[in-house]
Amino acid sequence: MKGAVLRKPGGFNDIYKHKPGADKDRTHYCPGCGHGILHKLIAEALEDLEITDRTIVISPVGCSVFAYYYFNTGNLQVPHGRAPAVATSVSRANPGSVVISYQGDGDLAAIGGNHILQAANRGENITVFFVNNAIYGMTGGQMAPTTLEGMKTTTTPYGRNPATDGYPMKVAEMLNSLYAPTFIARTSLHDIANIRKTRAAVRKALQYNMEKKGFSIVEVLSMCPSNWKLGAVESQNWIRDHMLEVYPLGTLRDRGAEVAPRVRPRPELDPARVRETLGLGEGSGVKLERPKETPVYPNPSVRIAGFGGQGVLSAGVVLANLGLEYGYNVSWLPSYGPEMRGGTANCSVKIQDGTIGDTEATKPHVLIALNRPSMEKFEPIVASGGTLIYNSTLIDVTPSRKDIRVLAVPITGLADELGNTKVQSMVAAGAFAAATGLFALDDIIRLLPSLYSGEAIVKLNEKAVKAGFDFVRGIKS
Amino acid sequence: MARKLMKGNYAAVYGAVLAGCEAYYGYPITPASEIAEAAAELFPKLGRTFLQAECETASINMVYGAAGCGKRVMTASSGPGISLKQEGLSYCAGSALPCVVVDVMRGGPGLGNIGPEQADYNQVVKGGGHGNYRVIVLAPNSCQEMCDLTMLAFELADKYRNPAFVLTDGVIGQMMESVEIPEPVASLPDKSSWAVKGDADTKNLINSIYLAHDELEAWNNRLLEKYRAIERDEVRFEEYRMEDAEYAVIGYGCISRVLRTVVDDAREKGVKIGLFRPISLFPFPKSAIASLPSRGIRKVLTVELSTGQLVDDVNLALGGRLISDFYGRVGGNVPSASEILGRISQLYGVKI
Repeated sequence: MKGAVLRKPGGFNDIYKHKPGADKDRTHYCPGCGHGILHKLIAEALEDLEITDRTIVISPVGCSVFAYYYFNTGNLQVPHGRAPAVATSVSRANPGSVVISYQGDGDLAAIGGNHILQAANRGENITVFFVNNAIYGMTGGQMAPTTLEGMKTTTTPYGRNPATDGYPMKVAEMLNSLYAPTFIARTSLHDIANIRKTRAAVRKALQYNMEKKGFSIVEVLSMCPSNWKLGAVESQNWIRDHMLEVYPLGTLRDRGAEVAPRVRPRPELDPARVRETLGLGEGSGVKLERPKETPVYPNPSVRIAGFGGQGVLSAGVVLANLGLEYGYNVSWLPSYGPEMRGGTANCSVKIQDGTIGDTEATKPHVLIALNRPSMEKFEPIVASGGTLIYNSTLIDVTPSRKDIRVLAVPITGLADELGNTKVQSMVAAGAFAAATGLFALDDIIRLLPSLYSGEAIVKLNEKAVKAGFDFVRGIKS
Repeated sequence: MARKLMKGNYAAVYGAVLAGCEAYYGYPITPASEIAEAAAELFPKLGRTFLQAECETASINMVYGAAGCGKRVMTASSGPGISLKQEGLSYCAGSALPCVVVDVMRGGPGLGNIGPEQADYNQVVKGGGHGNYRVIVLAPNSCQEMCDLTMLAFELADKYRNPAFVLTDGVIGQMMESVEIPEPVASLPDKSSWAVKGDADTKNLINSIYLAHDELEAWNNRLLEKYRAIERDEVRFEEYRMEDAEYAVIGYGCISRVLRTVVDDAREKGVKIGLFRPISLFPFPKSAIASLPSRGIRKVLTVELSTGQLVDDVNLALGGRLISDFYGRVGGNVPSASEILGRISQLYGVKI
């Protein structure tokens, strides 16, 4: 050993400055614990692979909660079990970095069980070091999902009983049922030969991480003398004699050679590109001049109601869009939820200069009723002097109000004549324009290409608007 | 400036994109799902991250991670999902991480229903997770404010290194209005002094552990100082026709829109009434409300879509000088203007 200099591997901090108390030089782990060995294997690998400066270590809750004392990397301490979720976003935020999630068995297999499955299933470019010591360490020796059958812990004082506590959970095998992971291995720290194998697995997992080859995990069987209530050497023997049978060692999967590196896009923050993507460029949207004639209702509130599927909501959207293009403030409030699924739908539209208060049309100037239940429900709330446009194709009764203007328009019939019942909403919009004088027919037609795509569809809707408009003008003249 | 007709939920995503939000991590829930859907549509077009997480807990922890890396990041949900996020939010607050959460409130408790309610007030405004913390809470009442206040939430979150909420409801989220789209932010704040970026210069630590009792107490006191500064500098509210008012109605979010109509209708009948609308719920406009009696307000009526949460804060602010009356509807019901006018008439003996 002449000339050998004992020093910490480069992946460790020289001084553990975050560690409280006077001792900034030694770890907080118990004598004989496996964490210290695995920490050292990782720290050596970080140095040898020259990735210390671009590695981020995630330490969740458990004995390794303080992993950030030791690693000379970026560090995040995170909630119990959530490390794979945090590692996911850290890796995506810093695609050039090497992200390590270092987790114990309670953390990974119990409270964080779903997170590890899902991160593995997404093939996140992270490396998970999973310490399996068959027990909860930090909280003082309670049962873990990995606890062996019959094993006594503080919460299985009579031994783990599979009938009530389930069986030891084989995480590596479970993850191996997923398609996405790149590298899955189980190793052990109970003797020198196995520590060497662990060293190789740690390096391979990190190598794939550096190469952006996706998800890698090394499950490491590790000693917990304090909670097993055994000596250091006895603990090593206990792994050999009891754990290996349940948790066989080896590489379960190595697809590193066949996996293509993952490329993550760079986020675009340039304001010009943002504007363009959101469609905010110059000249976006049509701007219309308001018709010269004074509209019947200067700031109309409108209610449109009918069966779900009659285009009630989309008719409202068309009116609101038109209002917007004329420079009004507009609001569109849909009924949503159970009412909608129950067969009737309605929406309120307000089109006005100035601030819109309540967006629900509780006293609408205009009601467009597409079916009978809707007319019966909303006719009573139409403002005195208002207008009721009702779908005379489907509504076989006449409205009873005498203080409002009533326009019977065969909305469904006009749409059917055009060969498509779906255009009822545009027939209704045309009827509304003619009845209120708020929108000019030509303007609606000019706007259609921005609402619909495809020449045939635009043409069809143009005919529908015209049909509704002309019908009402016919009544009026 | 471009104007667009859009849903409140979409407007929030526009605000996020304009504010330079680089990542969205969320889980679907009605009536907030359009936020995730709009983010799924828009974020990838700009190379930004959209990820549908496996659960609400994962999504807030993904937010924690991205925020810890110094990115502008957001998530959105509704009542039951917000309950699940509280653990992660406590960690975000405890680690001083800026992030934005949109809560489109629905009916509760339990599964409740998907109608609008304002019953998450306490679990959001009071810092709903464990420990002493507060989140900044902004309450939009229009699609325009869904965009604007989401942008502001990112600014304030970064300014104070603290989570910020946009607390809204099913009505605002689901309705459409004309929205004037603001300019995208030109530059983002430098967070290299504390964020973890995976390079030699930012070997920082994101952490909320303070083992020594005195250290944790000191950290709590630092957080408290921050909350005091927020309470001093970031109070936002709106008054409508309050100048000569003798009666005040108080409400936030969708109900404040109804209250505006209530005020207009009652004013037409000669009732001197005005609207006080808190925009920031934390910080709460305490002193502005406290001063109402000295400004000639004789009666205060708080209206909200809950069985009485905001009204507690109103009464704390009034400090016994007046006791606010209360009118609340829940279960997805939104009171109409005439219903509230009836209540005012009944309470105060005024003819409306």
